[in-house]
Amino acid sequence: MRAPFPRLIRLASLVVLLLLAFPAAALGEGETIRGSLQVRADGEQTPVEGVRLIVTLAGDEVGTATSDADGDWEIPLPGPGLYDVELDQSTLPEGVALTDPDRSILTDVEVLEGRAKSVLFPLGESSISSISTYERIGTLFVAGLKLGAVIALSAVGLSLVFAVTGLVNFAHGEMVTLGAVLAYLFHTSSAGPEWPLFVAAVPAIALGAGFGWAQDRGLWRPLRKSGMGLISMMVVSIGLAFALRHAILVIFSGQRRLYRDFTGQGPVDILGIPVVPKHLVTIIVAIVVLGGIGLFLQKTKMGTALRAVSDDVDLSESSGINVDRVVTLTWILAGGLAALGGVFFGSNEAIQWDMGFRLLLLIFAAVVLGGLGTAYGAMLGGFMVGIAVEMSTLIFPSELKAAVGLILLILMLLVRPQGILGSRERVG
Amino acid sequence: MDLLAILRDGFLAMIGPVTAAYAISAMSLNLQFGYTGLLNFGQVAFMLVGAYGTAITVDLGGSLWLGIIVGIAAAVLLGLLLGLPTLRLRADYLAITTIAAAEVIRLVVRSSWAEPFTNGVFGIQGFANAFFDLSPFPGGAVYGIGSWLVTGRRLWLMIVGWTVVLLVMLLIRRLILSPWGRVLRAIREDEDATSSLGKDVFGYKLQSLMLGGAIGALAGVLLAIEQQNVTPDAYLPNVTFILYVIVILGGAGTILGPIIGALTFQFVFFTFDAIMASAQAEVDWIGNLLTPAEAGQIKLILVGVGLILLMIYRPQGIMGDENEVLIDGR
Repeated sequence: MRAPFPRLIRLASLVVLLLLAFPAAALGEGETIRGSLQVRADGEQTPVEGVRLIVTLAGDEVGTATSDADGDWEIPLPGPGLYDVELDQSTLPEGVALTDPDRSILTDVEVLEGRAKSVLFPLGESSISSISTYERIGTLFVAGLKLGAVIALSAVGLSLVFAVTGLVNFAHGEMVTLGAVLAYLFHTSSAGPEWPLFVAAVPAIALGAGFGWAQDRGLWRPLRKSGMGLISMMVVSIGLAFALRHAILVIFSGQRRLYRDFTGQGPVDILGIPVVPKHLVTIIVAIVVLGGIGLFLQKTKMGTALRAVSDDVDLSESSGINVDRVVTLTWILAGGLAALGGVFFGSNEAIQWDMGFRLLLLIFAAVVLGGLGTAYGAMLGGFMVGIAVEMSTLIFPSELKAAVGLILLILMLLVRPQGILGSRERVG
Repeated sequence: MDLLAILRDGFLAMIGPVTAAYAISAMSLNLQFGYTGLLNFGQVAFMLVGAYGTAITVDLGGSLWLGIIVGIAAAVLLGLLLGLPTLRLRADYLAITTIAAAEVIRLVVRSSWAEPFTNGVFGIQGFANAFFDLSPFPGGAVYGIGSWLVTGRRLWLMIVGWTVVLLVMLLIRRLILSPWGRVLRAIREDEDATSSLGKDVFGYKLQSLMLGGAIGALAGVLLAIEQQNVTPDAYLPNVTFILYVIVILGGAGTILGPIIGALTFQFVFFTFDAIMASAQAEVDWIGNLLTPAEAGQIKLILVGVGLILLMIYRPQGIMGDENEVLIDGR
């Protein structure tokens, strides 16, 4: 167990930052993270120069540094807290590698007020030569597919709900977080049954779907019946997102957590590109599930009804479709898919209270890119945004990754506001 | 638990300069959302641009007053850039674009790219000395009766802040009662009808977004001066959502609503927070259930729940007239 004190400082400072727009309270004096990169071989130490290190706090980049001629580096921090330190392996010189390649990120490095924290990345001589351009592009492409799979899974639900109800649900991100957190509860948490992750994912997805159902029955359907306008409903969804997000913060705390299973998995070689198996599973499962959704929409009666309702509610109702049932089913589907996306997102990165909200903006980008209200557009847009975001690090600094996805959204609105697969009359 | 002290601190927080800044920002949002029906979910970006425009100008050697003008001009430009691609589209596109743009701006400001100007995550400090030099009150002096005290620094900020609130309120009142304001309200009620009467709906919406942006920037400037500090992570999307709570609580589409909303929100927020903190420290079962930090987060859950309940049961807020909040909610 970690001492609770720094965690409290971090949480308290987080709250202050969020609310009062008063960051000065969190600013300490002179906290830094530093280290010295040395290769140990035959009892001799050689400094390693020019390696990039990145410090992040809660997923956001705080600072970077490059090791100097003595192998030393230091990154000043905005305040005490729990930071993650990453060594950018692609900047290691030829012939040098981490002794343990899975330890390129040190998570939850605790920095106390006013202290300089030293961290160690053990380096050794590597047999593998440096990464080729092909490998680098391939790795980023796979990372993009992996992120795209998560975005696509989550985005389809948002887009379908929009298609049948006209509501842009700002609380959709929290449905993603909920899935990840529930799986953590059934899987890693000592308070839960500690099932393996793929077992724990089942009740997490079921409860996510149940939450979708409960949301529709308990909140959205009564509001629709009372004749509330869509803009007002959007504001309600913001309130719901705000409440859920902070409820998860209180219960789950602000810490980044990892699932017990599949953490630190080593990569396997596919066509000369190192791929972590869990990422491959994410991509394959997402493609299968999304294909299933496509079949459901095209081949089943319910799917046809769903498409009919998204085209014209009144016309569908008058031709005997039970619109309420279709809408409820859509919410169940959206909840389940978001939870599944959350489990993968949590497994690939980390579980955190605001992960869904951060993903929501990329989901929006995906949905607008593909065409708001179209299921296939959301899938396509999801993969496109995922790949664009990851590949952008070839040109832009990695801290601007998320910004690239959002800029894509704005550019799309300028050029073709209805999205790639959207139809013109939806946007007017 | 000293209830009187809690109420006193709540009252002093309520009349403070931060409330004034929030009231100004809420009035700007009210112009866009309450009167024109524009869903600007990136209000915090206008505040950021105003604050950083000021801080960077001073940092580069300009005067504070030039900085304020630069900040406001930058916000007007931002309104133009955001409005051009989105205001012809349906309302939700503006919502999505503005929230996305606000995050892009925050991420760029904190990135290493912009660091030569913005100093990255560390932000810029101590740029508003010129403002405090004008103060007739010595910064360390204390004014007030009994234990109801404010420092000279704070008193100066309060006087300036609430004067700006009053001026902005009079400006918006004047505008809303003018023919220009009537067109805005007509757009909110029915865009097509307004358009068919020969009004340039797009142009009016753009003007509303840009003018609101300028006022939002002014609020950002005031907040930045109050703290003598700007850092990118103070401009998270949550700020915008809290402003929506304030506007709807006070009454969207009313002149005084945003001010009443800001006062009420700040008082309830601070008082509730203080009550939770002392309950956590003094009541055993609450102390066992929640850590101090968690006790502090409970209020955030209630902000969200409060917004939902307001929208459902009293969408017109405290001041509102039921017929004025029709934002497609008929």
